[in-house]
Amino acid sequence: MTTPTHAQALEQLLKERIVILDGAMGSMVQTFTLSEADFRGEQFKAHPHDLKGNNDLLCLTRPDIIEAIHDQYLEAGADIVETNTFSGTSIAQADYKLEAIVTELNLAAVACARRAADKAEAKTKGRKCFVAGAIGPLNRTLSLSPDVNRPEYRAVSWNQVIEAYTEQVRALVKGGVDALLVETIFDTLNAKAALFAIENVFDEVGFRVPVMVSVTITDRSGRTLSGQTITAFYNSIRHARPFSVGINCALGGNDMRPYVQELAKVAECYVSCYPNAGLPNAFGGYDETPEDMAAVLGDFAKQGWLNLVGGCCGSTPAHIAAIAAAVKKSAPHVVAPPLAVQRLSGLEPLTIS
Amino acid sequence: MSTKASQFFVVGERTNITGSPKFSRAIKEGDWNTCVAIARQQVESGANIIDVNVDEGLIDSEATMTKFLNLIASEPEIARVPVMVDSSKWSVLEAGLRCLQGKGIVNSISLKDGEAEFLRRAKLVRRYGAAAVVMAFDEQGQAAGCDDKVRICTRAYHLLVEQAGFPPEDIIFDPNILTVATGIEEHNNYAVDFFEATHIIKRTLPGAKVSGGVSNVSFSFRGNNPVREAMHTAFLFHAVKAGMDMAIVNAGMLGVYAEIPKELLTLIEDVLLNRRPDATERLVQKAEALKAEQGGASKGEAKEDLSWRNQPVAERLKHALVKGIDAYVDVDTEEARKAYPRPLDVIEGPLMDGMRVVGDLFGAGKMFLPQVVKSARVMKRAVAWLTPFMEEEKRLAVANGGTARAQGKVLLATVKGDVHDIGKNIVGVVLACNNYEVTDLGVMVSAEKILATAKEQGSHVIGLSGLITPSLDEMVHVAREMTRQGFEVPLLIGGATTSPAHTAVKVAPEYAAGVTHVLDASRVVNVVSALLSPEQKPAFVAETRRKQETLRVDFHERQSARKLLSLEEARKRRFTCDWAKADLPTPEFFGTRAFDVPVEDIVPFIDWGPFFNAWELHGAFPRILEDEVVGNEARKLFGDARKLLARVAQEQRFSPKAIVGFWPCNAVGDDVEVYADASRAKVVHTFSMLRQQGEKQQNEQNLSLADFVAPKDSGRVDAMGGFVVTAGPGVEAFANEFKAQLDDYSAIMVQALGDRLAEGLAELMHKRAREWCGYGKTEKLSNEQLIREQYRGIRPAPGYPACPDHTEKPGLFSLLEATKATGVSLTESMAMLPASSVSGWYFNHVDARYFGIGKLGRDQVEDYARRKGMTVEAMERWLGPNLGYDPRARSAA
Repeated sequence: MTTPTHAQALEQLLKERIVILDGAMGSMVQTFTLSEADFRGEQFKAHPHDLKGNNDLLCLTRPDIIEAIHDQYLEAGADIVETNTFSGTSIAQADYKLEAIVTELNLAAVACARRAADKAEAKTKGRKCFVAGAIGPLNRTLSLSPDVNRPEYRAVSWNQVIEAYTEQVRALVKGGVDALLVETIFDTLNAKAALFAIENVFDEVGFRVPVMVSVTITDRSGRTLSGQTITAFYNSIRHARPFSVGINCALGGNDMRPYVQELAKVAECYVSCYPNAGLPNAFGGYDETPEDMAAVLGDFAKQGWLNLVGGCCGSTPAHIAAIAAAVKKSAPHVVAPPLAVQRLSGLEPLTIS
Repeated sequence: MSTKASQFFVVGERTNITGSPKFSRAIKEGDWNTCVAIARQQVESGANIIDVNVDEGLIDSEATMTKFLNLIASEPEIARVPVMVDSSKWSVLEAGLRCLQGKGIVNSISLKDGEAEFLRRAKLVRRYGAAAVVMAFDEQGQAAGCDDKVRICTRAYHLLVEQAGFPPEDIIFDPNILTVATGIEEHNNYAVDFFEATHIIKRTLPGAKVSGGVSNVSFSFRGNNPVREAMHTAFLFHAVKAGMDMAIVNAGMLGVYAEIPKELLTLIEDVLLNRRPDATERLVQKAEALKAEQGGASKGEAKEDLSWRNQPVAERLKHALVKGIDAYVDVDTEEARKAYPRPLDVIEGPLMDGMRVVGDLFGAGKMFLPQVVKSARVMKRAVAWLTPFMEEEKRLAVANGGTARAQGKVLLATVKGDVHDIGKNIVGVVLACNNYEVTDLGVMVSAEKILATAKEQGSHVIGLSGLITPSLDEMVHVAREMTRQGFEVPLLIGGATTSPAHTAVKVAPEYAAGVTHVLDASRVVNVVSALLSPEQKPAFVAETRRKQETLRVDFHERQSARKLLSLEEARKRRFTCDWAKADLPTPEFFGTRAFDVPVEDIVPFIDWGPFFNAWELHGAFPRILEDEVVGNEARKLFGDARKLLARVAQEQRFSPKAIVGFWPCNAVGDDVEVYADASRAKVVHTFSMLRQQGEKQQNEQNLSLADFVAPKDSGRVDAMGGFVVTAGPGVEAFANEFKAQLDDYSAIMVQALGDRLAEGLAELMHKRAREWCGYGKTEKLSNEQLIREQYRGIRPAPGYPACPDHTEKPGLFSLLEATKATGVSLTESMAMLPASSVSGWYFNHVDARYFGIGKLGRDQVEDYARRKGMTVEAMERWLGPNLGYDPRARSAA
């Protein structure tokens, strides 16, 4: 199966240096203090459900703002911008009764990011900027029961998840993303379903783009919300032959340290890391300054753990610029050669060599 | 456990219907506790992987596979190991694969159904992300001899690697372990064939692994476990030597090769290695002798470590809670019940102690969520056991004239604007497990709804959850509303963005009855039980207060330096315009005018949205009438409302009144001086306005309502207005009539209509006010645009975000002589009576807009108090929620 040329350029760039991802979308949107009316726009003026807070919807109702945020990250030095589609599935949009707009929303999101990337490329001769289609974790999980009295119960089925992800992935791929990014994974089974759907869509369209995977370690126990260790997680998604695997969200860089190190050791693909700007403070804000984040991530880069780096919640263009400067001199992580060992996992890894 | 080589892996077979009669029976009877216990026993006995097979003609195997895998997924002790999904049916394998978050193994695929089907399944297995056991089986059948085994495995290997893109390391061949010592001569070499085939496969097919079901080899000796166990041990010894990587065995039934009695070992190896023609006969004889010796007794299945059962009952309960084992909980709970004076003591004693350990371990990252949820389940079982005894105790107490101990009712909600609820759901189930009556209002729940429900249900505890940042403020709002509405029940705060510090600094001060931050689901039971226990509560509350005070002190020490602009600086960043050129409309009259407005004139100005919200029917009007879910109810309600409204109008039940005034005015600093006439000779009243002090973006201003009035030094006279409107005292009177008839529905309806009419009248009068000021005459707005306030001019109300000081109301009222004109008076807390009333100011400036004042610095509050002639302390009390500092820190400052 072929890979579009622009996506191939991404592979080339990764060989040359550490590639810069963008930062948070949500906290940037917040600075615009948008009202319910902004979220609704003309198109959803009479929508029967509150829409404020549905950040993905802004791709349709305030594309100017989303594009402007992409612009700022690209100006700050991001090579890759993520589409504003974290909740762009019918399951997530059901909270707003907007299941029907998923395709339209994802197409619009890719268009916003692409316009920004094209502008940035036009501005600097020879610069390559990329659009990664962001695929979020869903608000329903395949591995956990929401009802302790019925541990066997699941609020959503495999087929429902596949259907939801397929719809989103199809739109992102048709919209022309350079890569897909399955991110903020807190339930590996949801992620496996996303990867399954992605492969189905690749079969359908006849080409593939790089698939990036990023997991969330929820606390210092070093586990995902669904209980897996980082290596167990890697073993669970290794079959998808990810372009990169990494850790994002929930923790600041410092707390991610042992897990990034572990991942850099086991992963047979590029390694990414885009932490929060620290742990949320008492008011839900994030305290790490650009310099703080850059210091931690700069050190990760110096240790040779990183191929891709950026920021998650609480990071801003200033953070990204600082991070980009901090990792500039470090060589990218040298990917471990694939080992022909059987890597199984439950919540913990089991390697059969 | 006793694997001999470090690189050999045990696949537990007892969760295989064909491998364990006990499991088979439990599955068929739907005895899930036993099924799960068998799985746990396998892992505890050292299984590295567990094989799950539920193939049975009489049950729905797909559904059973799904249910069992989901069940063990919530058992962390079991779920830590990978699962081998085992079935002869592809649909069952697929159902299993859809439940595994880890990387598991499919057992099995083979060439039995031809190459095409084999490759199709292999590709799917890869896409699901599993390794695969490949049976040495092809279109012709099962391979028995070494050559056939190797031939079929080699063919499968090439197909998988070359055509299905299957990683070689994820292929596990099962070259068929067949039964020996059957008395049939052709079977004698089966074990040898397996060893040799394994050896060749491992050498010639790089990366591939070998596995097999060991029990099969000893099938001839079923009923004689000592012999079978020894045979398995010996077989494994040779198979592992030949290169076998894993085997499906009873993990609890593995012996040590070196400990097999010499004589028995020789006889067994004679059979396995096919060393002599009479090997079978000799082993059968020995087996019968052994069986006779033991009186036919065979070893039991389980070798579970039960040493913890010897501990005292409290320790056993703790162990069961921490480990999430519910097999003995009934027995242990009963024993504890007899040992303690009252059943409740068991809960508050050993059970809560156990849960506290769980909470601490979880907090320290040594347990994780699924384990906690499981512990909660054990807790629930224990409580369920005790419940009848507690009921009985309660019944006796009541019979003896005492009072029943109330069940704790807990109300949970994710606050308005937030849709995240996984954590809250878990808190809900954990509480429900612990026998609390939980009402979960779901997500995006307004403060009004939470508090109305809490009142209606008599909730003992209210819990708020939120994940996104804006929810923090909403929680503060709820706390404030609880204070306002006189609540006294404990308030719990939880969710990802919340923190003990935020709770201490922002929420707790808003609600004196007690606010507790709950870190996570594992803590909530301890917290709620402490808060609802008359004995524990005082100490718990005191401790919480003490901790929160410490947090507040810490916080203020850290924050004292930041973040509000000084009042002086904020004033420099005021909104301003070219006052010389500004359009300053002169109203048609100065002074006041009073109006009696017929209900029918107000009706077109009614915003029906909040009316439906008041009835908890949510959706935008008029679309809500067609809503799939609530449309029917909404239409009925709307019909009743229109009918009642018609009656109100016809019988002139209400007497809506309005008073409107306009005055010449100018801004002087942040005050607005109101003059008797355009000469500005006499100041009749001064409204004092507040100003935003928060740090703003470069291009944003720090607003005050005074900014929308021309400053005195601009030389121009501006005008502002004020109003008070009411639906009249008839609202309450009419409602009371209905109440007397026990018709609460109509009573509430009347009140809701009264509120809508007051708001509608405010909208109507504002429209007229804009016309009197000139610019409104050219307005062409639909009612919807009116309701959405898409017009020039604002009518902010004292006490609301742009001017949160309710004490501005008396001045407005006296200026308007509002009480005389409308009958509306003010209560001590500046609430308006009758309740269906609205008051406010009119500002005409073309750029006038609504805003929230946000936090205020001490400098502004002091300045404001001085301007108003009030004490700083009184001012701080009225402005409490807006204070950007801790007024109690005065002496320290």
